[in-house]
This record gives sequence, C-alpha cells and structure tokens, in this order.
Amino acid sequence: MWDAFGFEFVNFYLIPGLVLGCIYALGAIGITLTFGILRFANFAHGEIMMSGAYLTYTVMAIVAGAGLSLHPLVAMVPAAFMVILLFLGTDRYFYKPFRKEDTIKVVMASFGMMLIIRSAVQVIWGPNQIAFVPGIAKPNAWLQSFTGDLGAMIIMPNKHLFIFAGTVIIVIALGYLLNRTRIGKAMRAVSDSPDLAHVTGINVDKVINATWIVGGICATAAGVFLVMDTQTLETTMGFRMLLPMFAAAILGGIGKPYGAVFGGLVIGLAEELSAYPWIGDAPLLSPGYKTGVAFAIMVIMLIVRPQGLFKGRSF
Amino acid sequence: MEAYLGYFLYFLSLLTVGGIYAILALGLNVQWGFAGLFNAGIVGFVAVGAYTYALLTTAESTFHLGGFGLPLPIGMAVAMLASALVAALIGLVCIRLRSDYLAIATIGIAEIIKLIFKNETEVTNGPRGINKIPRSWEHFSEERFYSSWPMSWFGTPENWEAFFDSLPNWYWQPLFAGTIILVVFAIYKMLERARTSPWGRMMTAIRENEPASRAAGKNVTRRRIEAFVIGAAIMGLGGAFLAQHLRLIEPTNTFDPSKVTFLVWVMLIAGGSGNNRGAILGAFLIWTIWSASELMISGIIDLITAIFSTMDASILQTRAGFLRMMLIGILMQVILQRYPGGILPEVRPASPKADTKTADPTGDTK
Repeated sequence: MWDAFGFEFVNFYLIPGLVLGCIYALGAIGITLTFGILRFANFAHGEIMMSGAYLTYTVMAIVAGAGLSLHPLVAMVPAAFMVILLFLGTDRYFYKPFRKEDTIKVVMASFGMMLIIRSAVQVIWGPNQIAFVPGIAKPNAWLQSFTGDLGAMIIMPNKHLFIFAGTVIIVIALGYLLNRTRIGKAMRAVSDSPDLAHVTGINVDKVINATWIVGGICATAAGVFLVMDTQTLETTMGFRMLLPMFAAAILGGIGKPYGAVFGGLVIGLAEELSAYPWIGDAPLLSPGYKTGVAFAIMVIMLIVRPQGLFKGRSF
Repeated sequence: MEAYLGYFLYFLSLLTVGGIYAILALGLNVQWGFAGLFNAGIVGFVAVGAYTYALLTTAESTFHLGGFGLPLPIGMAVAMLASALVAALIGLVCIRLRSDYLAIATIGIAEIIKLIFKNETEVTNGPRGINKIPRSWEHFSEERFYSSWPMSWFGTPENWEAFFDSLPNWYWQPLFAGTIILVVFAIYKMLERARTSPWGRMMTAIRENEPASRAAGKNVTRRRIEAFVIGAAIMGLGGAFLAQHLRLIEPTNTFDPSKVTFLVWVMLIAGGSGNNRGAILGAFLIWTIWSASELMISGIIDLITAIFSTMDASILQTRAGFLRMMLIGILMQVILQRYPGGILPEVRPASPKADTKTADPTGDTK
C-alpha cells in the first residue's frame, strides 16, 4: 500500500530521519569511546566535527583553485588527518595533564576547548555561513524510476546515498577493528576495566591514541556528512549537534560503539518523526522543538535506565 | 571636564556589568565551589530570570504576554523563584548522577529554555525579544511610574517631569551601579555566613568525600539539590539585573552561552572557586580585561589599517571579537593547569566559634 501517505512518510520523514541518524551515530561513536576509555564527557567533540567540515571545505577550495573538482568524500581524507592531529594535540596539551586528577577537571578543560576551537574557526573562516555545495540536490533519477516501477517511489538525492554508504562502511570497518584486531580488543578491554587492562600489560597510552584516531575519523565523517546534507557551513553546527550526540551515546550505553550507532539512528528518527502529523493534520510537535526531542529522550533514559539500552557503564 | 565625565561613566558601566557578573559568579560558586556541581547551563537560569523579570515589569504590550507592570522588586523576587523552580526540577532528576551527566543535562536544559523563548512567540515575542524593560532608578523618569502610586504622593507628574529634566541624563547610572554593588555585598555576606555554618561545612564534606558523609548520615542528595537551587536563584537575580542593564532581551544573541556561561566559569576559576571573595574579584578582573581588550584590539586594528592602508578593516573588526574569546579560553586553560586554586584559593570553612570552643575546657566538639 504505497499511497500518498506512504510516499510522504518515507520520503519526507523516514529518509531524512535516517540521514540525520547516521550523522548522529558517527558523532556519538567518538563520544562514547572517549567517555568509555578516557572516562570523561568530551564537550569539544561537536566543535571538532565542525572543524573537520571546514577543513574539508578548505581542501576542496584549494584543489578547486588548481582547476580540479574534488568530491567531499575524497577531500575528507586529508581533513581527517588534520582532525586526528587536532585531537591528539588537544589531548597532549590540554587533557593529559589532568589524567591522574579528578575527571571533572578534564570535562572543564574540554568545555574550554569547545570555545577555543569554535572561536579559532570563527577567526580563520569568519562567523558567517558558507555555501558548501551550491545548487539544489536533484534526486537520483535511476532510483526514482526503478522504485517508481515497483510502485513505491523513493526520492533520494545522491548525497543521501553517499551518506548511507559512508556510514555503513565506517561502521563495518569499526566492527572489524574492535572485534578482530589487537588494538581494538585492547580498546574494549580498557573500556571495560582500565585497571585490569593495565595489569594484563595493555599499553593504555597507545589505546588512548587509538581512541582519538578512531574518534577523529568518525567525527570528520559526521561533520562532512552533515554539511553534505545541509549544504551550508556554520560555526554553530557543532554545538547544535552536541546534545543529540550525547543523547545517542547515553541511549546506547556509554562505551558501546554499536549502542551509539543504534542510539544515533533512534534519536535522528525520533527528531524527524516528531514533526509528522500522527494525530490530525498538524505536526505532532512544532518543528521548532525538534532539538528538544533528543533532550527529552536523554532525560528519560537518565531517570529510567542510566546505563543505556545496551548495558554500558553508568557512573 | 567632559572627558572626565566620560571616564567616570565608563568606570560606572564597568562596575555595573562587573557587578552583574559577580552575582552570577557567586551563584556558580554555591553550585560548583561549595557543592562541586558542574553547571554548564548558567545561561539558561539567567534567561529564565531575565524573561520573568521582563514579562512582569514591562508596561502592557501587544507583542508579548502581559507586560504586567508590576513593581521592580516583585519582578526580581519572582525571577529568583522561577529560576529556582527550574533548577529544582533538573536537580531532582540529575543530581544523583555523576557530574558529567549534570553538565550534559544543564547544557541541554539551557538550550531547551532558549528554544522555548524563541518558539513561544505568543508569550515572549520570539526572536524579536522584549524591549523597554524598566531599569532600576532610571524607571522613575518614565511616565507610568511617576504618575502612579507611590511617586504621585510626593508630587504631580508635571513636578516630577520638571525634576527629572533638571537632572543630568546619566543621573541613574551611579545609583544603578551602587544598587548592584550593594546586592553583590549582601549576597556575599549571606554566602559567607552559609559557608561557615554547619550547612556550608557539610557541603564541603560532601564535595570532598561523598561516601564518608553519606556514612555519617548526611542527606547528600538533598543538600546537593539545595545548593543547586540556591545557586540558580542567585543566577536568576543576576538575570533580572542583566535584563535591566540591557533593556532589550532576545533569546539568541543576548543569551549566547559563550558570553554568559563560559565567561562566568572563567571568572570563578580565575578568582578561586570555593572562595566568595575570589568569585567577586574574578568577575571584576575578567570583565575589566574583557572590556579593556576590546579597546586595545580596536586600537591595534587602527594601527594595522594605518600601516597597511590597502587592507579592509571590517573583516578584522568582525573577527577580533572571536580572537578575544579564544584568548580568554586559553587563559582559562592556563589557569586550570598552572593555578588550579585561582587567585584567592579556597579557605576551608571552619566554625566561627572554633577558636573559642578549643579554649573552653568543658566545650564539646559538636
């Protein structure tokens, strides 16, 4: 039954929700790993994501100056390297001095980092919006005609297909890393119990660096996917994403990357579907309050089940 | 003479805004310095206070709810209450969790509060904000105040109008600054009292060693909620004064988290968290640095544009503010790492009667 209802629901609510969910999921992976392994809520994560998007934009602009046009997904690779360096640099100079101290000091330091990074981006690139990819994204014609023939027309621009594919690839690669490689297993061990991991001879410093690298790659991808979707670069977008990403990490359980992916998808879908006219003709929730949905889910989780759906750690 | 008046008024505005920040820093000191609660959403409580005050005291308006035209002290008191109520709700949910979660939750609630003020256009006039908020002392020269009780007892509106015309137009500035300083002093006195009282010492015990104080039979959760609510009430009052100072509030730029939440944090950390005097000192110091650096940076920009005459100064001017923010952030990191105690480190609260107690041979140590 693919009537007007299904067409509208899938194309204007479900798919945007999944796209947003993918972006949240990638961001939340970094947050949940940092929270699980380094044991602090990294407030600077959203800003790092945002700077990743700006760096990608700059790489594209430089290459375009040489007369070539580069796809954001390719330009993302050098940007991810810079983001990883940024992560490792902030860790080395701002977080490491507090590692032996009370965790709240690191949270505070990351809170300060959030402002430093955002102001730095505003100084370098200016506070105004920048168009990332100009023009209107046309739906993928092949997919439209193929699904149209099947009687369930799906309208999806190429950018959304790239976002889905990119997220799936990154999540599969992450699964391989965490389950099959030595460093990935060490990361899980440190996340479960740092003392026990230390006693068994795991090099905790190495694990921490690996965490920043994985988080950096995911954060860059999330930032680039976000600007691919919205097509504009804004300096406030990192801060806007922060709360839904924390909500996703808490929903999935702190320290559980798959939980974060699931949480991200749930939060993204919930935000978009909350504006669907479930009862009557008016949207269930005014679209202005979309951001509030993530917060509501987070608060409910904190009351009912602070360890998250997948039994992460709760402090 | 004109120049000196300019300096004097600049000094007064430093005192005014510094004092407002000192109120906020004292509020944060109750939450963070006393009880160790990480509130990353100061701006939310300030906004609640400011909006409550604005809605209650402005004159009847078609743009937003009411404009109830209530007396100013009532507006300020209700602003405190409203802020405290919001804090109590958050506290009940989040206070038992680890401080990271409280930080996330408060940063979230601050955003939600701003979202509500932005979207409920019927009540708050949305992004266009509320203007003509009455400012203490200056409001006497507004017609609706001098033509009504109690001012109408002392003179006719015409007399009052003539009186205010005879005053210089900045007459209210010293009075407003003085009021704020007085409020800061009153809050300081009360908090000092609270800090050295059994309540304050219990707070320190809970912050330093929660399991031990729990084992000693202290109601940790309740005490924490109390500290959170008291701090938020003080922030609400700060918000009411901020609304008076600005006279126009709107949800996005007025309540920018980096300019309120973050700056107050830097002030408290620089001054010395846990020390009320440190909070006040930090607020005035950082605010002076903040506004002096504005003058300095604009001077440097003038210099640069004088040297490189082809350069467009407007880009530099828009970005200089962000550079300032970045430098303040770096200053905070340096203080956190090098001087974790701040300028005036915390002095552990001892009972004010401790000295006499030890001298008293029969005195028990309760």
